Amino acid sequence: MGSVTRRQFLQFSAVSAAGLGASSLGVLGFSPNQVLAEVRQYKLERTTETRNTCPYCSVACGLLMYSLGDKAKNAPAEIIHIEGDPDHPVNRGTLCPKGAGLLDFVHSPNRLKYPEYRAPGSDKFVRISWDEAFDRIARLMKDDRDKNFIAKNADGATVNRWLSTGFLAASASSNETGYLTHKVVRNLGILAFDNQARF
Amino acid sequence: MALQSLDITRRSATTTPSPGVRETQKVAKLIDISKCIGCKACQVACMEWNDLRDEIGTNHGVYDNPLDLTDKSWTVMRFSEVEVEKGKLEWLIRKDGCMHCADPGCLKACPAPGAIVQYSNGIVDFHEENCIGCGYCITGCPFNIPRISKKDSKAYKCTLCSDRVSVGMEPACVKTCPTGALVFGSKEDMIQHAEERIVDLKSRGYKNAGLYDPPGVGGTHVMYVLQHADQPQIYNDLPKDPQISLLVELWKGILKPIMSLGLGLAALTGFLHYVTVGPKETEDD
Repeated sequence: MGSVTRRQFLQFSAVSAAGLGASSLGVLGFSPNQVLAEVRQYKLERTTETRNTCPYCSVACGLLMYSLGDKAKNAPAEIIHIEGDPDHPVNRGTLCPKGAGLLDFVHSPNRLKYPEYRAPGSDKFVRISWDEAFDRIARLMKDDRDKNFIAKNADGATVNRWLSTGFLAASASSNETGYLTHKVVRNLGILAFDNQARF
Repeated sequence: MALQSLDITRRSATTTPSPGVRETQKVAKLIDISKCIGCKACQVACMEWNDLRDEIGTNHGVYDNPLDLTDKSWTVMRFSEVEVEKGKLEWLIRKDGCMHCADPGCLKACPAPGAIVQYSNGIVDFHEENCIGCGYCITGCPFNIPRISKKDSKAYKCTLCSDRVSVGMEPACVKTCPTGALVFGSKEDMIQHAEERIVDLKSRGYKNAGLYDPPGVGGTHVMYVLQHADQPQIYNDLPKDPQISLLVELWKGILKPIMSLGLGLAALTGFLHYVTVGPKETEDD
């Protein structure tokens, strides 16, 4: 230590005393910490809120999807939270367990994001373009319709039915989409048709 | 007001008094067991909001999934089939989770300053950054709720979505509930809502319907409407009269000051002995 000045000695003593005092207060249960606590920050503060419809069943509950960022050009949006839309008349903010877990449905590694084709005899799906998919679907529908279309029944009455193909549409379709889907499908003569529009 | 989004009533292992002038609205969640269909949307919404994903478990032959609360499952539905009277089987489904007691046993037992905080709106919140993982909160809890994580050895439980409530929203579980079995609001309103439900249940033949707001822990900020309030134990062992363990009360109420005094006296005696008798001298050989 060499020489200790009176000032240094006093400083050292004061610091030790304060430390000792604080630690013994702690031991006695008198914690001198500030009485403060902060809850977890509200994570949706400036996220972008987007309305949508739940894709699962035909009830078609309203959703609020929250994504990172404010849609600025350099910040690609990423959904971080989904909950029910309180202003939607169907569900008024509520969601069933499937709807409440939609975030993991959106980010699922198994989610289908593009058309895939499994050739007859093949054991795997191969990614194809939307154009290829539409062309193939149109071709197959046309061939099947040409072969199986029933214009008149046994009594000779015009029926214009096409019974060998069915059509399934999504529950999240809007009124307008549902109307168009219905027009297109019925015009082709398809009877087996479900656009999941229950409401 | 720094670092403070809700007013604080109590803080674990802290004797500094909290600022107590502001009186904020007491909130409560009401769980109407007679309306619950056990869909578990609340479990999913809880995990989604709180960014928790529990391990994928295995089927145990019952609807309970997971079987028990974990550090990542802060609420679970407990299913019990009970023959309430001869030939009358009832399927009672209780949403289990923190009850947010007005007199929280966990907070009383917690030795880590600031690890457990009670806000003036009634929410009892864990602050894991201050948690030392001792598990005394589990001993203190009359409902066996907190769970220690194997990953970080800290205690976790339902926060009543304090982050949502602090900005004026309802907890995630309450918002999602499709049948309206969960409702959230001021404690006063929830008691009133419960009373209306009880009148309805009584008119349907549940003569013992009632509110579960146990006075043994000063009342709770998560309450149940029970069809059979006279026997809460049939709802998967919901305690009839929950109390903070006598051991915790003795230990924190009486023993702690005595022990602290003893510790202080021992130190003082040591010091006096050193001053009066001097240090122990050993002779070199």
